[in-house]
Amino acid sequence: MAAPAVKQDATEARIAGLTLPDGAGWATDARNDALSRLREMGLPNRRDEYWRYTDPTSLTQATAPRAAIFDDRDEAPVFGEIDKLKIIFVDGVFDAKRSDPLELAGLEIERLSDAMATDIHWAKDLYGQREKAGQNPVARPLAALNTAFADDGIVIRATGKAEKPVCFIYLHRDETSDAILHHLVKVEPGAEMTLLEVGPAAARFNKCMEIDVADTGAFHHVRAQGRDHERRAATHIFARVGSESLYKSFTLTANGVMTRNEHVIEIVGNDASAHVAGAALGDGANAPFHHDDTVFITHDAVNCESRQVFKKVLRNGAEGVFQGKILVKEGAQKTDGYQISQSLLLDDDSTFQAKPELEIYADDVACSHGSTTGAIDETALFYLRSRGVPTDIATDLLVLAFLAEAIEEIDSEALRDDIVARLMHWLERRRQG
Amino acid sequence: MLEIKGLAVKLEEEDKQILKGVDLSVEAGSVHAIMGPNGSGKSTLSYVLSGRDGYEVTDGTATLEGEDLLEMDVEERAAAGLFLAFQYPVEIPGVGNMTFLRTALNAQRKARGEEEISAGDFLKLIRAKAKDLKIDAEMLKRPVNVGFSGGEKKRNEILQMAMLEPKMCILDETDSGLDVDAMKLVSDGVNALRDEGRAFLVITHYQRLLDHIQPDVVHIMADGRIVKSGGPDLALEVEKNGYTDILTEVA
Ligand SMILES: Nc1ncnc2c1ncn2[C@@H]1O[C@H](COP(=O)(O)OP(=O)(O)OP(=O)(O)O)[C@@H](O)[C@H]1O
Ligand SMILES: [Mg+2]
Repeated sequence: MAAPAVKQDATEARIAGLTLPDGAGWATDARNDALSRLREMGLPNRRDEYWRYTDPTSLTQATAPRAAIFDDRDEAPVFGEIDKLKIIFVDGVFDAKRSDPLELAGLEIERLSDAMATDIHWAKDLYGQREKAGQNPVARPLAALNTAFADDGIVIRATGKAEKPVCFIYLHRDETSDAILHHLVKVEPGAEMTLLEVGPAAARFNKCMEIDVADTGAFHHVRAQGRDHERRAATHIFARVGSESLYKSFTLTANGVMTRNEHVIEIVGNDASAHVAGAALGDGANAPFHHDDTVFITHDAVNCESRQVFKKVLRNGAEGVFQGKILVKEGAQKTDGYQISQSLLLDDDSTFQAKPELEIYADDVACSHGSTTGAIDETALFYLRSRGVPTDIATDLLVLAFLAEAIEEIDSEALRDDIVARLMHWLERRRQG
Repeated sequence: MLEIKGLAVKLEEEDKQILKGVDLSVEAGSVHAIMGPNGSGKSTLSYVLSGRDGYEVTDGTATLEGEDLLEMDVEERAAAGLFLAFQYPVEIPGVGNMTFLRTALNAQRKARGEEEISAGDFLKLIRAKAKDLKIDAEMLKRPVNVGFSGGEKKRNEILQMAMLEPKMCILDETDSGLDVDAMKLVSDGVNALRDEGRAFLVITHYQRLLDHIQPDVVHIMADGRIVKSGGPDLALEVEKNGYTDILTEVA
């Protein structure tokens, strides 16, 4: 069924200025396929049920709204103390000169355009494939747009245990930049890697990442979305998780006028584990803040575990959204599914909307989900203050405590400490101001 | 040290008078005990002194070393040297015991214009004090009071007191829920802190604690007032005969 005329018009207006990049036959096929799927679906608008709590207009309109460049030099760089392979993008364009050489034992790393120019490449079986599968049962047109038009990105194949994390550093230097990046990650059996992402990337950022974790593989992901107040981002991660494999993703979001992070995970092998977590901190005082986590985890195998842990701290009119689903397919027995989404509202102006969903077609499963909205615990606050801790510091301690369950989803202690340091700085800055 | 005059307190939310003119004077270097029937207002007095929300002072004054307590924020009262060992210590998931205590100690020091304690010195200090109270190092690493038994929570209150070295210590039923050995530990902890420059106000229902921590003065609180004060013998009398005689006598 074709999209209604308004959607078709909006979609054509958006893609009018874009061109399909060149590539090998398979790449062109994948892009054309995505383009026709996009035209079929049409870009989302306010009336779409899946966009009920988030207005997609600024993410879909023809040009990116301007976003001032944020000076974050008051803070040590995120992951600054972590030994890592640096891959740098400036406004969505890979910067080979400033990046480390794309070499790391245990990994094969290439630029997307190089992979796509190669006739026979493993990327053929991944590019656009997870994204396409993830369009059902819910359409994700911004991801199809990405697959069609992304002109940069990195493809990584993990064949062994990577000795250090790979880090994508997304610099934002142009107030009107509109970036579309597409990355692929394939983790082979027994291989393990950590991917870090940091930075705002552009005034508007459309990012799609497709990940395939083979049997007994392990993939760790930690990202910190940039502090630029006016930046906008629509990100999609599509992952397939094989048997006895581990998939873990954590996202820190502090600031951002518009963020929609979609996560689509399909667990296809037995005894696998997939965790997605996020901590979002929004303060509407400087610029509006809107953050949407939309997660869809499908269990299609036996004895697997999944966790969704999302926490939001909101103040001064900040808006938080969580849409999370656990789908347990027929036969996916012994599924252990957990989902929690919580917001801590530091005032009456801020809002949190949550839509937790469970859909279960197997009988021997243990799934739980919960969603809460609350204020600071006054009794705990009094207790801390009665020991001499000033109200603002006591509040921050309780905020950190609230976020702890999400942060604990990061396996590496060094990365966890780095993220906690970010949080403390963010809170401290607001204490002074 | 602590001077309370005609303190009258009602609940903020409803028209219920709880304290009806409390007079109490605790000198530096002394230990005072407050006993009294359930619901007489003992905990309320301790909360009002430490600045908890929900109460309205309708009359009277309370000063600590001459400073008006009632004008101060909760944390200012703590920095001025007031400490309340809670009847029901609060569990705070996600906030580590150590982090909490170090933050508190340094905040108080900062408020008094003193230097912060280094991480190393803090660790040494807390380990030594915890050992005295038989609180094991594992417990210190846990979140504040989470998963602590009733007695462990009370011991943790005393540990906080020992670390913060307040001038005016109010202990609200610290003995309830303690086994005999723990009662001894806690009492030893309190006695170790007894000092010329420090005073204690011990709220309790039982003589047993007062066997260990010998009070100089015992007060009986009933229906929002101190109705009788006397020496240590008063506590023995309560233990033996209950409150009925005393209450009829003062009525
Ligand atoms: N926040 C409140 N809301 C309603 N009633 C209250 C509140 N705080 C205190 N009260 C009431 O005030 C009275 C005094 O309570 P308080 O806790 O001070 O007594 P107490 O002397 O400490 O008693 P106990 O020996 O049982 O600990 C009680 O009747 C209690 O129900
Ligand atoms: Mg009481």
